[in-house]
Amino acid sequence: MIVAERKPISKIVEMVAAYEKVLLVGCGTCVAVCLAGGEKEVQILAQELRLKARSDGRKQTFDEVTLTRQCDKEYLELIATRVKDYDALLSTACGAGVQFLAERYDSVRVLPALDTRFIGVALGAGEWQQRCIACADCVLDQTGGICPKTMCAKGLVNGPCGGTNHGKCEVNPETDCAWTLIYNRLKKLDRLDLMRGVAPLKRFKPSVHPARFHHMAYKRFDETD
Amino acid sequence: MATKLQEALSKGQFVVTGEAGPPKGVNVGRSLEEVEPLKELLLAYNVTDNQASVMRVSSLVMSVKLIEHGLEPIFQITARDRNRLAIQSEILSAYVMGIRNVLCLTGDHSTLGDHPEAKPVFDLDSVSILQAVQSLKEGTDLAGEKLDGVPTDIFQGAVVAPGADPLEPQLIKFDKKVQVGARFFQTQGVFSLEEWERFYEHAHRAKVPILLGIILLKSGAMARFMNKNVAGINVPQALIDRLDKTDKADRPKVSVEIAAELIRKIRSMCQGVHIMALGWDKYIPALLEQSGL
Ligand code: SF4
Ligand code: SF4
Repeated sequence: MIVAERKPISKIVEMVAAYEKVLLVGCGTCVAVCLAGGEKEVQILAQELRLKARSDGRKQTFDEVTLTRQCDKEYLELIATRVKDYDALLSTACGAGVQFLAERYDSVRVLPALDTRFIGVALGAGEWQQRCIACADCVLDQTGGICPKTMCAKGLVNGPCGGTNHGKCEVNPETDCAWTLIYNRLKKLDRLDLMRGVAPLKRFKPSVHPARFHHMAYKRFDETD
Repeated sequence: MATKLQEALSKGQFVVTGEAGPPKGVNVGRSLEEVEPLKELLLAYNVTDNQASVMRVSSLVMSVKLIEHGLEPIFQITARDRNRLAIQSEILSAYVMGIRNVLCLTGDHSTLGDHPEAKPVFDLDSVSILQAVQSLKEGTDLAGEKLDGVPTDIFQGAVVAPGADPLEPQLIKFDKKVQVGARFFQTQGVFSLEEWERFYEHAHRAKVPILLGIILLKSGAMARFMNKNVAGINVPQALIDRLDKTDKADRPKVSVEIAAELIRKIRSMCQGVHIMALGWDKYIPALLEQSGL
């Protein structure tokens, strides 16, 4: 899922200071799971903003709504009648959701309350780790299911750099060296042969952004060849 | 034409290389002054590429300066700051300027240096830079495009850390480097015969010359620091004790003794030494003498 983190409250206050009527728009999917932008977090943020407005002597109202997702048009429609009542929408979706919201309601200011961090997994309660940088050229079959482009700080595909130190990474001694992990996994799978082959050069063309993907089943007949 | 380094190694002569760090700023003269006295002793000098991710004069220009002063450079190039276009272009440019020895490295991460917010590139890595060199030498670039004028006589090398833990992934990468054309190796600093033997037992099979990495230990504190923080460095406790017991004034002498003892022990199991004096260049003559070189 996508993991995001709320911006510091001071930043958010600064962003919304000029607007009297603000609608906080939560997102009920990824960012709800990572405790950054779901219904509960929207409630808390709205409350903080109200208190701050009062103590700063600003006359502002903060209303709340949480959509199932902000990356799907059908959910964005659900607030179509309400939006005109507001000076700004403060979205707690990931960066993609914020943009989709801003595109649908392009005559009102749409502001981001979160910093989008990464695609990752839940390591435990309240702790997430990045696992994929969406390179569009997946090599996990070659590396025992551990991503060298994400888990190695340098994204190396040919084995450990000289900075690998007793299983830890030169960039951060708290972080495992991806290539020690890959080596251990491949050894366990009895597939060290995969590590011995010279890796093909990384391909960056597939991940040129903005990327777009159209599922075959949904392409119009006359567009397919 | 073969470089001095290539020629000596191919003749089986024991070679000694050192380092010449480009300045941070334009005071190239000072950097040259440091290495000039060693002219007769060292065969060639590694010229570092923004070493430790600290911004400096380029390895290319510093290498050219060495050539102008009659010294032979080993031009280092890393994957940290440039993509494959820039790396290949830099290698060709170096060639045009008369540089033939090229040492291919991945490079430290940019967060470790003095511009921690810089974008780390790592489009290629040490292995794929070696592939690039081999490809250029054969007349095409990494995209398969033909070159107009082929740098056939580049002498390319790589590095390896005999003290890496775990060692096997390091050896696998060493083999890959050999496979893609590394013609010589320099190693991370080594401090014990046992460590070298474990590494060399595997590495000698590649039949590629390997230069033992020697770091002059300035103190016990430095050794402890390196053991803890520098990857692939394992200074045995006995050496640390020896340095701790030594007065500051005598430390250079003891440090040189330690290094010379190791060189004498390993000499028959390597094809040369690469000395990282870390500012103690003035002790290199004594080191070579005591090592019997
Ligand atoms: S190789 Fe890594 S970054 Fe690329 S798609 Fe697979 S997991 Fe994601
Ligand atoms: S230490 Fe390991 S994880 Fe870190 S950059 Fe080097 S190879 Fe990658």
